Order: sequence, then C-alpha cells, then structure tokens
Amino acid sequence: MSETVNTVHSRTADAIEAARAAGRTALIGYLPAGYPTVQDSIEAAVALGNNGADVIEIGIPYSDPVMDGPVIQAATSQVLADGFRIDSVFDIVKAVSARTDAVVLVMTYWNIVDRMGVHTFARRLSEAGGAGIITPDLVPEEAGDWFEASDRYGLDRVFLTAPSSTDERIKLVVGSSRGFVYGVSVMGVTGARTEVSSAAEQVVARAHAAGAPRVAVGLGISRPEHIREIGRYADGAIVGTALVSALRDGGPAAVGTLTAELATGAVRDGADA
Amino acid sequence: MIEHTGSYQNQPGPYFGPYGGRWMPESLIAALEEVERTFTEAREDPEFIARLQDLFTNYVNRPSLLTEVPRFAADTPGVRVFLKREDLNHTGSHKINNVIGQALLAQRMGKTRLIAETGAGQHGVATATAAALFGMECTVYMGEVDTQRQALNVARMEMLGAEVVAVTTGARTLKDAINDALRDWVASVDTTHYLLGTVTGPAPFPAMVRYFHSVIGEEAREQVLAQTGRLPDAVCACVGGGSNAMGIFHGFLDDPGVELYGLEAGGEGMDTGRHAASINLGRTGVLHGARTYLMQDEDGQTVDSHSISAGLDYPAVGPEHAWLHDTGRATYEPVTDTECMDAFQRLCRTEGIVPAIESSHALAGALRLARRWTDEGLVGPDTPEDEQKIIVVNLSGRGDKDVATAAKYFGMLPDAETPAGGDAEAVAARPEGAQS
Repeated sequence: MSETVNTVHSRTADAIEAARAAGRTALIGYLPAGYPTVQDSIEAAVALGNNGADVIEIGIPYSDPVMDGPVIQAATSQVLADGFRIDSVFDIVKAVSARTDAVVLVMTYWNIVDRMGVHTFARRLSEAGGAGIITPDLVPEEAGDWFEASDRYGLDRVFLTAPSSTDERIKLVVGSSRGFVYGVSVMGVTGARTEVSSAAEQVVARAHAAGAPRVAVGLGISRPEHIREIGRYADGAIVGTALVSALRDGGPAAVGTLTAELATGAVRDGADA
Repeated sequence: MIEHTGSYQNQPGPYFGPYGGRWMPESLIAALEEVERTFTEAREDPEFIARLQDLFTNYVNRPSLLTEVPRFAADTPGVRVFLKREDLNHTGSHKINNVIGQALLAQRMGKTRLIAETGAGQHGVATATAAALFGMECTVYMGEVDTQRQALNVARMEMLGAEVVAVTTGARTLKDAINDALRDWVASVDTTHYLLGTVTGPAPFPAMVRYFHSVIGEEAREQVLAQTGRLPDAVCACVGGGSNAMGIFHGFLDDPGVELYGLEAGGEGMDTGRHAASINLGRTGVLHGARTYLMQDEDGQTVDSHSISAGLDYPAVGPEHAWLHDTGRATYEPVTDTECMDAFQRLCRTEGIVPAIESSHALAGALRLARRWTDEGLVGPDTPEDEQKIIVVNLSGRGDKDVATAAKYFGMLPDAETPAGGDAEAVAARPEGAQS
C-alpha cells in the first residue's frame, strides 16, 4: 500500500502542506450537496473556499447516515425529500472546483458509491475535478475495490481513526489513507460541542506515531478557539455542523462570514496573519 | 448462481460468499471485535453453555413443541404439516433465544446496559425482559410509527423497566430505529452492548445470532424424526431480517433432501413496490454493516419497505440468506398481505392457534407448497403413508400482539373504531368474505 501512496500525487496533501507553510492549521469545511438547493449549495461551498477553507467536503445526502447528528440529518433529509439525485453531486463538485482554489473532496456513506459502481463513481468524480472521498462507514478491510479505483483515477482516500481504535487498526488506517487521516475526536456522532474532546490530542498523537504525515480532527469543532487549540497538535481542523447551521439560518453569505471567523483560529501562534 | 460444495452449516462469517462483512464506522470496530472475541470464547466455555441451557430450559420453556396440524392441512391430503412452536416460548416468540444468549455475553463483557431496536416490539420486549432478569439498564429504539401501531408493547417494555425511545428520524420505522441505536452505541460503547435482534448487521452478528437460534432447527430435526421416523420434505419460515429462518434452516442445511423455503413479505404485491421482499427485488448493496440484498433506489438510497407485519417491515435481509439464495440451497418467495392473512385465519379456525402475522407468511408458504405438490400429482388422497410429504413450519411467534391489526383487517371492530392512516389500508385490502 505504501507503494501506491507514493505513486499518486495527492492534491489534498498539497493543500494541507501549503497551509502549514503559511503558518496555518488547514481548515476543512463540510457542507451537504444540494442543501438547501443545488444552486445555493454551490454558492455556500464557494463562499467556504473563498473565505479561508483549504479543503471542502461535499457530503452526499444518504437515507441512513449513522454517523450524523440531528443538524446534518435534518439538512440531508430535507434534500432527499426534495428529490435530490446523485448526478448533481458531480455538477456541484465541478462548479465549486472551478470557482475556488480549495481542494474538493466528497464525503459519502459507501452504499451510494457501491450502487453506482466504485470505478464509475471514481471516474466521474475525477472528471468533475474532485480530489478524493472521505468514507465514514468504510474500513480498509472492505475497501479492496476502492484502493484499485482510487489509484487508477488519482483520488485521495480518507479513512477515519477513532479514540477506540487499537494500535494495530491505527496502523492499518494510516497505511490505507492518502491525503490525510481523519481523526474522530469523540466517541459519538457529528454535532457542535462546546469544548474539544480531551481524547482528540491522543487520537492525533497515535496516528502521527503510526506514520501519518497529516492528521485532521473532526467532530464537535465549531469555534475559532477550538481550531487554535487543535492546531497545537494537529495538521487540520474539520468543521461541519456549525457551517450547516449557519447555512440553514443565514444562507451562503453566513457560511462566508463564519468561515472567515473560523480562519482566524487557524493562524498558528507566531505566524504572520 | 454461486457454486458451493461441502457443508453449509456453521459458516463462521464475516463473509458468506460475497455477502456479510463489516461495513461500519471505525469507532465501532473495536466493540465489534470485543463482542466477537467474547462470543468465540464463550461458546467453547462449558460453564457458559451450561448457563445458557439452564436458562433455555427453566426460563425460556425449551424445548418448544412440534405440533402436527392436520385440520390446517386438510385441503391437501397426503401432505402433513408440523409447527415448530416458538410461539410458546417465554415472551411469545423465538426472539428470546438470541436475547438470552447475547445478554449473557454482555454480562461476560462487564456491560451494564443493553440497547436494542424493535419493529413490532417482540425483540424489544425480549430485550427488556433479559435486562430485568440480569439487572441491567435497557433502552429500546422504536420507530415512532411503530410505537403508535404497537402501543401495548411500548407499555409492556416500560413495565419491564426499559426506556422506549420513539425514533423520529428518517421513515420512523425499524431501519431508523437501528440507525439511532447505532448512534447511541457509538457514544456509549464502554458500558453498553447493542443487542441486535436479527441475523443482519456487521460481523459477528449474523453468525452469532444464528448460533443462538440454531437450537430451533436442532430440536425440530430431532422431533420430526421422533414423530414421523424421517426428515421433512420441506421447511418453511418467514424472512424479514431472517433470524427465525436461519435458526430453523441451520439444522437442515446439510440434509440435501430437505427443501428450505424463506417467505418474504410481499406486502401489496411485488408489482406495487409496496413490499419488503429484498431478495426477490434482487439488488445488492450495503446497509447496517452488511453486504446483502436490500431495497434501494437507483442512487443507492434505502427505499421504505411495506408489510402488514411490523416484524418483517425491514428493507434488507441477513447476508447468509443472500448467500443461501445465490447458492440455490434455499428458495425465497414473496407472500402477499392477503395470502398471509388467509393463512392466519385458517390456523385460528382449524387448530385454535393464533399465530403472529410474521409467522403467517410461513404458513401461507406451506399451504402454497402443499397445493403445488397436489397440482403436480405428487400427493393425493391415496398416497400411502410412507410417501406422504412432510412440511415443518417455524411458527416463530404468537399473535396476541396482532389481535388489533387482524381485527381491523377482518373488519371485526365496531365502525366507530375504524382506524385512520396506514391501518385504513389494511381494511381497504380486506378480501371479500373474510368475515365468513
């Protein structure tokens, strides 16, 4: 696996390294495709990219999102009820990639990819300008076809590691990922929390120790001070629910405002702002 | 079709041919590994087995009876039908077998809280029962729609000390209850065991749940041999997730002369789209941790299932059933609500047994098979006794919980109580002369 990691150039890794070189913690933002409409989801993602996000996660609405908390569930349920179709994901990725410098990833539960066929999905994502997929319910043991397809189409594979992961599993996740490793900060589902979990630092340290060059922390991160804290030990910070709430309440403009605010927390101590 | 040679029994998982696996968030993998380790150790531990057997005998009421039902089978002379009476178990269905087994494992792991999903309420009631018996906390997730359809079972679980959470996400039915139970488990895994109620889900659940239910098939095989001197020609069981069917099939998997029939919920008919017959729909994918057949649209979104029986109202099926289908070892056929309720009423009127609506799908499958054999001239009034055909039906549960649904379906309630909403459809679907 380390061989394939070296042969495909990772655009996500480039974006995170560029942030590091500029003295910043990489800011990674999540928004659901099609929420509240396809057009507004494009505008919101563009606002995210143009106000300081280094990486954008476009989440695909799914009928059974077991890792999502109430805010994201409510948003994606609405999108599905409005008749959302998977084809528009590629249109969204294409439009957003064209209008921002941020790298665009897709976050999806696996059955969506499985239904289309992993090779077709990977080809279409690559053609649309997407850089890879974050897979919250896919573990490396089940990802044989995805390894093949991601290598073939030059896509990043972001697997997750959790506070409960054994050392052996962390090694497997780190060795399987390309771009960065997604460190789940708490045992739970997505949702804004008032404080960053004390488990987060340990999750990141263990992934680094297992050889991960880049680890980003997700779940429960909603404020600039969270990102500042995470930046002391992690390479990136992932914000989801807070952005979705902003989009729900204030539209794409509110996403831009919140992103700019979050970006202040991404500036590392001692770096020029 | 998948080629398979050798034994079908004791498939260890995590894969059953291309099916099964562990399609789960990383956060839960450590817990699944712990359950698997504990289960693997426990099944080799004589003390654990003795404890399980003691509870089966002195608490669950095992072995359950095997009852011949000649009046039920009277229209097809030459066919003998026997019922495996899981309806006589404590709490009224087969569900208790798996619940007792997993609750013992939870205790062994030092967990103090059980969570479960439930559709009709049978698995929730069984889990609440085990929690009371072992002094554990219990939370049961139940779709809001089902809490309304099965209000008495909600009260029953609460009487047993469980907290019942009405699930308001997604379609508000069984699959959404599983989603919420998984969300709970991700956050509570240190203290909590998720007592999954059927042979679906990530490994080790499919093989483990089958193991705890395999007692059904072992007993049935022994009993039918004792009562008739030979093995049956066919075994029929209903299939939602498929736990009672795996339990009874397992005992007969390596008897090639025994045909195995899984009866899926055909709802209002396969052509209406309103059914829960995942295998017969024929689309594979991953849901709730397993690769299997599942009801989904072209984009891979899970489609809502429909059945008159809440217990079969699940849009996927256990991965081992998917494999048994592909290998041809078992045959899966849909049974419509109408056929099912005809069989329900027939058992009530001919044998004095009120079956669960879930199990009535298996009864309908047996009647259909008996008619097929009769039409093909394989059996008839003059068939000598040693050439008669024998069917064993797994009567997985009793119908007490279904009295209200059935009464509405057959129009036995006063007009003032004619139901609103989904149940009105059941009344509308009532066949002519159903009250006769």
